[in-house]
Amino acid sequence: MNAILRGLRLVGRLTVNGVWRLGAGTRFMGIVLLRSGMTFRRPQLLLNEIYFAGTLSLIIIIVSGLFVGLVLGLQGYETLKRYGSSEAVGTLVALALVRELGPVVSALLFASRAGSAMTAEIGIMKSTEQLSAMEMMAVDPHSRVITPMFWGGFLSMPLLAAIFSAMGIFGGYLITVVVIGVDPGAFWSQMQANVDFRHDIVNGVIKSVVFGAAVTSIALFEGYDAPPTAEGVSHAVTRTVVTSALAVLALDFILTAFMFTGV
Amino acid sequence: MTQTHVQPDHLVEFSQVDFAYGTAPLLRGVNLRFPRGKVVAIMGGSGSGKTTLLRLIGGQLAPRRGEVRVEGKQVHALSHDGLYQLRRKMGMLFQFGALYTDLNVFENVAFPLREHTRLPEPMIRDLVLMKLQAVGLRGAHALKTSELSGGMARRVALARAIALDPMLIMYDEPFTGLDPISTAVIANLIRRLNDALGATSIVVTHDVEESFRIVDYVYLIANGEIVAEGTPKQVMDSTEPYVRQFVNGETDGPVRFHYAAPPLRADLGMGS
Repeated sequence: MNAILRGLRLVGRLTVNGVWRLGAGTRFMGIVLLRSGMTFRRPQLLLNEIYFAGTLSLIIIIVSGLFVGLVLGLQGYETLKRYGSSEAVGTLVALALVRELGPVVSALLFASRAGSAMTAEIGIMKSTEQLSAMEMMAVDPHSRVITPMFWGGFLSMPLLAAIFSAMGIFGGYLITVVVIGVDPGAFWSQMQANVDFRHDIVNGVIKSVVFGAAVTSIALFEGYDAPPTAEGVSHAVTRTVVTSALAVLALDFILTAFMFTGV
Repeated sequence: MTQTHVQPDHLVEFSQVDFAYGTAPLLRGVNLRFPRGKVVAIMGGSGSGKTTLLRLIGGQLAPRRGEVRVEGKQVHALSHDGLYQLRRKMGMLFQFGALYTDLNVFENVAFPLREHTRLPEPMIRDLVLMKLQAVGLRGAHALKTSELSGGMARRVALARAIALDPMLIMYDEPFTGLDPISTAVIANLIRRLNDALGATSIVVTHDVEESFRIVDYVYLIANGEIVAEGTPKQVMDSTEPYVRQFVNGETDGPVRFHYAAPPLRADLGMGS
């Protein structure tokens, strides 16, 4: 009997806690969006954040994109060869990247590189009273620190996904055309004929925009909500990466269901 | 009859303020007055709610009951903009300085000037160097915050807090963790800056010796209530047991050495 009660109590606490955090997070993001004015009046703030979230993520995005493309090319070629259509490997690589792997994998990398850094930075600023000091100086930390980070991440993410896809296609080209010897004309013309701008590329970009907003919001809220201790900040960073990954994968499923099933 | 606006004598006033974090009451019916131009200390043991008083003045927390007034305005009734207007006239020194670690010393002090004014760069430079000169650290303006000692960091934070010439300067435990020389330097600065700027200062501290040397008035807080107040001399001469224990740093008195516990024999399983 007691065990049942304890179980119920646990479920109740988790539910209330979850709903509370969802509400607090929504309210937090509402404030961030409402106070976006300063970010766009002072482009330097935004540029700094694009540099931190975007430029500094370039290396990992470029290298990962290249390797994903190489693997896709190899696997795709091996499989398609059995059906005698190895020229279609260009289409396969491009579609896989712009529809799925580009947005999803770059969002996962973005969460672990830039998202975790955002959470840690805000969490540490909070625990060392830097945010509090800013408030007392009559500078709103939401508009001065958090909002530029949000827009920096929001704008960087689609660009990173595009670079990831481009590098992946280049990797696929390297391995299949240059190394294996697939006909380059067939590789590119098949890709051109079968990748639709509206249906494939735009939908991929929409995904990356949604993922960028989700990952950045999660990272910022976790940092802002972190208990102001070393342990609190480290847990918050972990939660950012885990929650972002789950959110990206779940959102990807939902978006794919709407975009590519033709319902 | 029209009522003319009278500048109240007291820059900051608490009347019957109650405050609690969650359900645990921290302040009960607190009345405080901070006259213009004076340096006032709020003293009390750790966890007695001293820092909370500063956060109430700065509007970062709101009281459960009662009023906190600054310049006659009720702080927690102000709008977001009103509150930010008021905060521009306040400077606060945080316990460990709270310097922005991504900025160097110069940029830390320049931060409030850059955020709140549109002064040309040469003028910002002059102002920053003057503020740093006032705390004796003009020569350190190019250092990174990681290169500063604890005492220096607090002086830089002080220069930043006075960058906009505030009417009210608040100090949260300014002496904690400093060596005796740095402590004396900070104490003298608190007094000197207050008088030079014509400001009012509130010092939250538990350091009896240093603060009694420089302040005009002392409030002693314990268990959420003001237990004693007066000039440093009056407090020194008090016969109140808690005041005596606090001022002389005795280990046992009204504040017990032992945290409430069951009898030792019972806890050690020796029976009773």
